[in-house]
Amino acid sequence: MRWLFNLSFRHKIPLWTSFLIGVSIFVVGAALMTRAYDDMKHAVVISADNLAHTLANTVAPTLLHDDVWRAFEIVRSPIRTESARTPVQVDAVVVLARDNRVFVSSHPEALPMLSEAATLGADWLLLRAQLNAPAGTRWPLVLEPDDSSYLYLALPITDKDAQLGHLVLRYAKSVFHPWFVDTIWQGLGIGLLVLAVLIPINWYWGSRMATPLVDLAQRMGLMLRTVPDPLPPDLYPYDDELGQLFQAYDRMVLALRDKAALENEMVKSERLAAIGQLTAGIAHEINNPLAGLITVVDTLKLRGDLDPRVVRNLELIDRGLMQIRDTVAALLVQTRVQARHLNQHDLDDIHTLIQPQVGKRRIRLGWSAAMPAELPAPASLVRQILINLLLNAVQAAAEGGHVSLWLGRKEGSESCLSIVVRNDGAHLSEDQLVHLFEPFASTRAGGHGLGLWVTYQIVTQLEGRIAARNDDGEVEFTVNLPLGETSCNTASA
Amino acid sequence: MSKDFVNPLPNRNRRRWLIDSSCLAAAGLIGLTRKSQAAASKIRIGMTPAFLHDQHSLLGEWRAFMAASLRRPVEFVQRDSYRETMDLLRLEKLEFAWICDYPFLHLKDSVRLLAVPLYQGRPHYRSYLIVRKDDTRTRSMTDLAGSVFAYADPYSNTGYLSPRYEIRQAGRDPANFFGKTFFTWSHRKVVEAVASGLAQGGAVDSYIWDTLAHVEPALSARTRVVWRSPEYGFPPFVAHRSVTNADFHQMQRHLLDTSRSDAGRRLLGLLYLDGFTTGTPALYDGVARMMRAFGET
Repeated sequence: MRWLFNLSFRHKIPLWTSFLIGVSIFVVGAALMTRAYDDMKHAVVISADNLAHTLANTVAPTLLHDDVWRAFEIVRSPIRTESARTPVQVDAVVVLARDNRVFVSSHPEALPMLSEAATLGADWLLLRAQLNAPAGTRWPLVLEPDDSSYLYLALPITDKDAQLGHLVLRYAKSVFHPWFVDTIWQGLGIGLLVLAVLIPINWYWGSRMATPLVDLAQRMGLMLRTVPDPLPPDLYPYDDELGQLFQAYDRMVLALRDKAALENEMVKSERLAAIGQLTAGIAHEINNPLAGLITVVDTLKLRGDLDPRVVRNLELIDRGLMQIRDTVAALLVQTRVQARHLNQHDLDDIHTLIQPQVGKRRIRLGWSAAMPAELPAPASLVRQILINLLLNAVQAAAEGGHVSLWLGRKEGSESCLSIVVRNDGAHLSEDQLVHLFEPFASTRAGGHGLGLWVTYQIVTQLEGRIAARNDDGEVEFTVNLPLGETSCNTASA
Repeated sequence: MSKDFVNPLPNRNRRRWLIDSSCLAAAGLIGLTRKSQAAASKIRIGMTPAFLHDQHSLLGEWRAFMAASLRRPVEFVQRDSYRETMDLLRLEKLEFAWICDYPFLHLKDSVRLLAVPLYQGRPHYRSYLIVRKDDTRTRSMTDLAGSVFAYADPYSNTGYLSPRYEIRQAGRDPANFFGKTFFTWSHRKVVEAVASGLAQGGAVDSYIWDTLAHVEPALSARTRVVWRSPEYGFPPFVAHRSVTNADFHQMQRHLLDTSRSDAGRRLLGLLYLDGFTTGTPALYDGVARMMRAFGET
């Protein structure tokens, strides 16, 4: 039985409702049938009562005059042999004289004249006993003996106060049954018709309701492993509880996606912050002895009495130390508040500065800088960001490819400078995207892998945001920097 | 006085009383009815269950034929029992009537024999004792002792007098020979009573049973003739003695001439008769003999 309850709603709703419709039709049908049977019997008794009164009155004079033939004609008159038999069609009429013998009957062969009622069968024995019961009998007497296929109705035949005998009408119950069966078939036909109309409607309605539910259940089942997609908007566009459930699900999915994105961002930021702290620590630890070493080497170089081999070695050491200093300086990004604001000339400078690289790789450069005369952003840092991103893009773009710059106030946020650099180079892989801003993460041959690290450090220290994504066949870097005190309250674009 | 007479039928006393009283009534009414008859000049003919008198279209045709031939209006007066027609004759409400031979003898003082139909070429018929077709046991009247028996009419020869005479001839008393008897007031209904099983036996006019075998074979086929009586004079047409000689002869001429015209022969064909003859009262001596046996005059 449990399997029935475990069925999918797709089947359960139509099955249950079909079952309920069926049961309803059956119960209502059965009630109507029972009622129809009772009504039919009632109709038979009423009809019989009317007929019995008429016959009893008409037949009374024939009893008085012993006019058998006239009586026969009277009792024979309601008998139809040829027309279709109906339940209200009397089967036989019998006139019993006072001595309980048959005075006349509509069917003399089966119920012959003069025969004693008791000899006609068990039904008549019972009937005779009831007819001759002491006073108090309620007329008409309706008798439906058990195990009998007949129903009897009897009335006394009287002339003034004298009782002349009894009139007995007999109805065949076997005639009831075909009529009743007819009624059942009719009822069944109507029931099936109703079912034929209701079941498809019910299946359609059930599946309309079940399909979104099934869809929802499947998506909910996936939820632990991944964030599922929202439901298609036209799946169930109504506002009942089911519709509300789907809307709530959609809201939940969106919230989950935001949460997942935020978590990713946080993990990334925390990792980068940890790396920054680590590198800064290492850089400081290196810088102090390094400064001493450089001073020593410089002092040594000033002495004129040195062996030329030593001098050569000193210069080798000096170049090595300088390389260490440069690398450590690059790792240790230090932003200092600078008074000068970014202006149009800075952008022109950058444009000029990258031209040799652009020309060398035959890059088409798109330049769109909605730049007022001056923006309250630190000029040297922004210049470094721009140069890093643009050179990076020029290197990443295909030979003869396309690189574009868009710079301006961020849409919908006046206090935010937005820089978008795009190139048509190879897409970044998932793994690259995760480790993009870490130091020495470059996959490009010849790169030292510190350009984006430095850029990231500068942007972060300026309380801005940087993000990279693959978009429409291009790779896009977006930087948002706050202008002034207010921060750019945006998620990574 | 016979036993039968002492133990009369329910109607017996009433019949006597009616005959007596109607004589008085007739005397009183005679003047009035004669006058009205002369004024209307209409002929009233009583039709009885002596033939299949419920064939209404046949009766209508016959009446029209008769009126055209006599050039006088004709009225057929149908009654369901012989007694009623006899009463109408006595009261001079009828000029003519087609009655059974037994009533003719009862009324012989007040009516004249007008004509006798010819059945199968002769003015004779019989009484048939019939039982149900499936009753193969009964071979004679005596086999029906104690049964339910249907008589046609207390004034019918073949449907009452003759079978009772047969019982009497067998040495039994017809009054208690049967378990139960009843009258159907028509020969045709005797056949129905026997066919339906209401009665085990019945006495019926041979002319009517034979005619039914043609007209309604399904009904007569459900019965079987067990015994045929001797021949009796066929139920006659009679005229009341008050009818003028001219009217009497005109009517007699008309009846005798029926078989001479095509229309008449067609009608006779429908009635399963061959024509009419004048006949003599001697035809009915056999009935008179039976009546005497029962103490009737």
